Amino acid sequence: MTARRFPALLVKESQQILRDPSAILIAFVLPVVLLFLFGVAVSLDIRQVKIGVALQDDSPAGLSLALAYRNSRWFDVTAGRDMAGLKPDLVAGRIRGIVVIPQDFGARLQAPDRQAAIQIVTDGAQPNTAAFVAGYADGVRAQWERDWAGDAGQTVAAPIALVPRFWFNPELTSRDFLIPGSIAIVMAMIGTLLTALVVAREWERGTMEAMMATPVAMAELLASKVLPYFVLGLGSVALCTALAVGAFGVPFRGSVLGLMALSAAFLVPALGQGLLISAVTKNQFVASQIALLLGFLPSMMLSGFLFEIPSMPPVIQAITYAVPARYLVPSLQTVFSVGDIWPMFWRAIGSLLLFGAVFFGLAIRVTRRRVA
Amino acid sequence: MTAAPAFTAELHGVSRRFGAATALDDISIVIRPGVMSGLVGPDGAGKTTLIRLLAGLLDPTAGRVTVFGQPATRADRARVGYMPQRFGLYEDLSVIENLRLYANLRGVVARDQARRFDDLLRLTDLTGFQQRLAGRLSGGMKQKLGLACALVQTPDLLLLDEPGVGVDPVSRRELWRMVQNLTGAGIAVLWSTAYLDEAEKCDEVFLLSEGRLLHAGPPGDLTADVAGRVFGLRSPGQGRRRLLAQLMDRDDIRDATIQGGSLRLLMQPGAAPPEAAIPARPRFEDAFVDRLGGGPGGTSALAETYPLIPETGAPVIEAQGLSKRFGAFIAADNIRFDVPRGEIFGLLGPNGAGKSTTFKMLCGLLTPSSGTGRVAGHDLHHARAAARQSLGYMAQKFSLYGDLSVRQNLNFFAGVYGLHGRARRDKIAQMTDIFHLGPYLRQNAGALPLGFKQRLSLACAVMHAPPVLFLDEPTSGVDPIVRREFWSHINGLVQKGVTVLVTTHFMEEAEYCDRIQVIYRAAPIALGTPDSLKSDAAARTGDPDPTLQDAFISLIEDHDARRARTGDAA
Amino acid sequence: MMAGRLWAVIVKELWAILRDPRARIILILPPLMQLFVLGFATTLEVRNTVIGIYDRDGGAWSIELAQRIAASPNVAATLPIFSAADMRRALDRQQVIGVVSIADGFSADLAAGRGAEVQGVFDGRKSNAAQIVAGYLGTIVADLGAELQVRAAPTASVVTHWFNPNLQYLWFTMPGLVVIITTISGLGLTSQTVARERELGSFDQLMVSPLRVPEILIGKVVPPVLVGVVNASIYMILISQVFGVPLTGSVPFFYGALLLYLLALGGVGLLVSSLSQTQQQAFLGMFLVAVPAILLSGYASPVENMPPWLRLVTEADPTKHFLIVSEGVFLKNMPLWDLWSNTWPLAVIAVVTLGASAALFRARME
Repeated sequence: MTARRFPALLVKESQQILRDPSAILIAFVLPVVLLFLFGVAVSLDIRQVKIGVALQDDSPAGLSLALAYRNSRWFDVTAGRDMAGLKPDLVAGRIRGIVVIPQDFGARLQAPDRQAAIQIVTDGAQPNTAAFVAGYADGVRAQWERDWAGDAGQTVAAPIALVPRFWFNPELTSRDFLIPGSIAIVMAMIGTLLTALVVAREWERGTMEAMMATPVAMAELLASKVLPYFVLGLGSVALCTALAVGAFGVPFRGSVLGLMALSAAFLVPALGQGLLISAVTKNQFVASQIALLLGFLPSMMLSGFLFEIPSMPPVIQAITYAVPARYLVPSLQTVFSVGDIWPMFWRAIGSLLLFGAVFFGLAIRVTRRRVA
Repeated sequence: MTAAPAFTAELHGVSRRFGAATALDDISIVIRPGVMSGLVGPDGAGKTTLIRLLAGLLDPTAGRVTVFGQPATRADRARVGYMPQRFGLYEDLSVIENLRLYANLRGVVARDQARRFDDLLRLTDLTGFQQRLAGRLSGGMKQKLGLACALVQTPDLLLLDEPGVGVDPVSRRELWRMVQNLTGAGIAVLWSTAYLDEAEKCDEVFLLSEGRLLHAGPPGDLTADVAGRVFGLRSPGQGRRRLLAQLMDRDDIRDATIQGGSLRLLMQPGAAPPEAAIPARPRFEDAFVDRLGGGPGGTSALAETYPLIPETGAPVIEAQGLSKRFGAFIAADNIRFDVPRGEIFGLLGPNGAGKSTTFKMLCGLLTPSSGTGRVAGHDLHHARAAARQSLGYMAQKFSLYGDLSVRQNLNFFAGVYGLHGRARRDKIAQMTDIFHLGPYLRQNAGALPLGFKQRLSLACAVMHAPPVLFLDEPTSGVDPIVRREFWSHINGLVQKGVTVLVTTHFMEEAEYCDRIQVIYRAAPIALGTPDSLKSDAAARTGDPDPTLQDAFISLIEDHDARRARTGDAA
Repeated sequence: MMAGRLWAVIVKELWAILRDPRARIILILPPLMQLFVLGFATTLEVRNTVIGIYDRDGGAWSIELAQRIAASPNVAATLPIFSAADMRRALDRQQVIGVVSIADGFSADLAAGRGAEVQGVFDGRKSNAAQIVAGYLGTIVADLGAELQVRAAPTASVVTHWFNPNLQYLWFTMPGLVVIITTISGLGLTSQTVARERELGSFDQLMVSPLRVPEILIGKVVPPVLVGVVNASIYMILISQVFGVPLTGSVPFFYGALLLYLLALGGVGLLVSSLSQTQQQAFLGMFLVAVPAILLSGYASPVENMPPWLRLVTEADPTKHFLIVSEGVFLKNMPLWDLWSNTWPLAVIAVVTLGASAALFRARME
């Protein structure tokens, strides 16, 4: 008996997916939009910051330093007369920093016991950019100082320097970690939002009632909801990966097996959450709101995908432990940028399956064969 | 051989409460094999709760529900056919896909499926629509498909929850025949319905009201109560509406209704009928109203305060060759009629025939592909918004704001129709009084009992005293008492010169019309008074006293027959 | 007449969102929670990091450097690393965000007055955090070097951060979150309204009434605007009084811009709603609009980092403009002229979207 019932339910669910515009939208259009946004629009790579340089000293040293800023690959320089002249641009956000080379810069440089100081002002309203401007503007000055001393035949005591190298992503392209992270968001959408919507729709349209009056077992009914969306989720991951590698040139150093194992493990709690939400609400509108609040937003904000979890206050760090995407995102970034680190993956998969078991357990408890 | 139990299902002392509300109160009934049992009662009586208990979808609060000798929640579901109120169809699956799904779920083996589907499709007349999505079927077709899905594995117990709601008489009759044949095969059928003519034809009837069982037994037992008290009063002509109001107000008359040009009376026990009254055959509805305490009074407080609508001499509603095409599909084809001031004009037709399309074109909700419609001299689709002031509109399903209170709804519609300050307060106080809404003013409109929802809808539609009323199946699903009260108001308004356009599936409603336009397959096929439609049918079929429903069905069948002949000829 | 009808519609729409006590809570509470959670969570600062120390030198100076790193306020702990394989594993599994590798002879070089290099290897998976940590560590290393110099360096930089002297991240997130949360709740409310009436059947009832399209639309826009103003006022007070973010600019101007922004959101929401047949479609449509609007606004990453053509696209994003206004009013005491140059686009967007939804609304009456 079951041998016929379950495939029949699967066929029905698949036919519905193919005919449902919102399923197509969530599973295929939304991922492309998100991938595009994270691939092109959201970039944490600071390339060329616009700054103003006010050169008030016409000594050769002052000119040379101003030129060093102009030639730096980090800055796009607007020349100005003084601080007051550049301030409106900084306030309006047209430039993010001001470097002032004061009148006595050259003179002080010649005096052996005096220090020639430049002034660096940043737009603190954008703290990240401000820190970048401060650091790199000072770096340009330090580099110029060595070059200037060398040209003058002086030797400055060699300092100690940190030479940083960045493994896995030497060019520091933020896209390479944002796109794998956004794949987790896509899966959260399909698993939680779409599943919550389709099951709530059955309650709303009264078909759930008709199903429950047939000999179908509740377990079969739930499984028939889960399996097609599981496959759809994996399909969407494959599409996203192909786009990430093909269109955005994100490196993929792990194995497809690793990627699929992680994705499959993540879809378990995501689908479980979706089932649970729909079983509790039985209403598409409420289900979608809750799925957004409990599925999408935490996956986006509290998974470590955009924002570093260790930097969050302890209370919020504690909340992140209840967000399944938190366990997935680092492994997903690893399978793209590094390769298969199975010890790491196993821990992620284990945590995800544990969450899945809890969500499914609750969903089965809540979904009873009763209409009221 | 062991003796088969005498009944298929049994409710024993069953009560069911939802929170503080009691849906069913100490119900004991048995459902027997081979018997067509009707479950009747006004909306909210507990019919759906009872059927869900039998389908094992609810637990009783007290008492026992037994199906095939097992508690209903553990009964073999493969032997129960259940058709929920909304048919339980997947709208994005095709007819055949729905059938196949239910066949597989109910364990019909593959080699039997094709033959079974053929039989069911032929039975339900859906053979030509196998590939159509269920969501794009008409109401009547959906209902038949719903039944086919419940029958895909011949059940021992068939539960049908209001299969006739919103479905035209032709489809209802076909469905009835299909189910009746099943009882011949020994199946136990429980058919819940708000149509009392259907209840009358059942072998056994359970009459529910407010969760209690008022009657159980053959419908004849109930009609026997009113035997000798039902009379017809022939052809009082144009004065019949005024006479009806007078008769309904009389103490010796328990109930009175309009039947086309005549009146139908139910006398108090022992009261003498008026002169010229002719005894009539009692119907189930007479007995039903009698059991519920008799009909309401006939004087409309609403009409008494309504301004007199002046006569202009011009038709108030005009349809001039209205047509509507959606792509290649013709929904309405060259509909034309005029309705003079003070007339009730009915649009009748099977589901999907085009009467809703016509209705919507006239009140400006749809743009006609060709032709024009005018209401009180305005083409509502082009006229300025103010022209819509002349229209009162009541939609088929409750379409006020369910999450606002009754008072907020009244305030909103009063404001929208230009009533303000003192005028608005007075008007709302008046409506509250007329429609007895006082106790409900602060309640959410969506939580009102159906009868009060329907009163509120009418109140919102007439607050600005429009000269024209558009009513789309206005009393669908409400009990006969509320329907009588509703039509008393309409009758009163018509006497003040209000013009009414109404679409309906209820023949009781159609009887109130002055004239009826029958629309079928997008085109007008007959226009006349209820009496003339009936006498035409009598001439056509030879039935000496056809009901309006008979007349309607014979018109449709006659039209189909003629089409088939011309089709064959071509 | 017109004023009376409009009033009736506005009152009805207000009741529709305020009548249910649960709905009233939903309007205020989740946005407030978002303000708190996201305010603290959405930080691009890097704190509580773990740094690996691969010390092959073992001399006095390498130990000094390791201690200074461990004492840094941004570093939670250091992890000793003993081999290249160790280093690889620690980085692979993200036990550390970076490793400072000190070569043999480091202390000897320093003692001899020679310069020395320290290798830093960072986890590029988190390119942003890694870069910032590299910056922190670079400063620690350079400071150590400076102390060893006999003579002070001939040049120096004096750094000042305007508007936010200590570069507190909260000062950036809070004025931004006012915008983001207003966006989500504003779009959420308006995008449902028309679709909801259509689904519940009251749409026809409106259409046969004497109401005109502008009256219906204004009625639908006013309540979300009011809710937005109330919520934004609450955030404004919280942010300046509880979180201590300075409110330096013109508050009346902020309200003016807020009003225009809410109208623009209302226009976008109504457009989505008129295009949708069901509430579900409206919800998904809202989602498809809100996510790009927020990601392109400059909140998640600076607009300057986007490719030039996309920067042009952001000009049509009302969220981007209002974000600049909010930041300007809170932190920068931005002059009215600069504020205005980011405010008039809001008015244009509002007019266009409201006009388009009115046209669509009329067309959809068919």
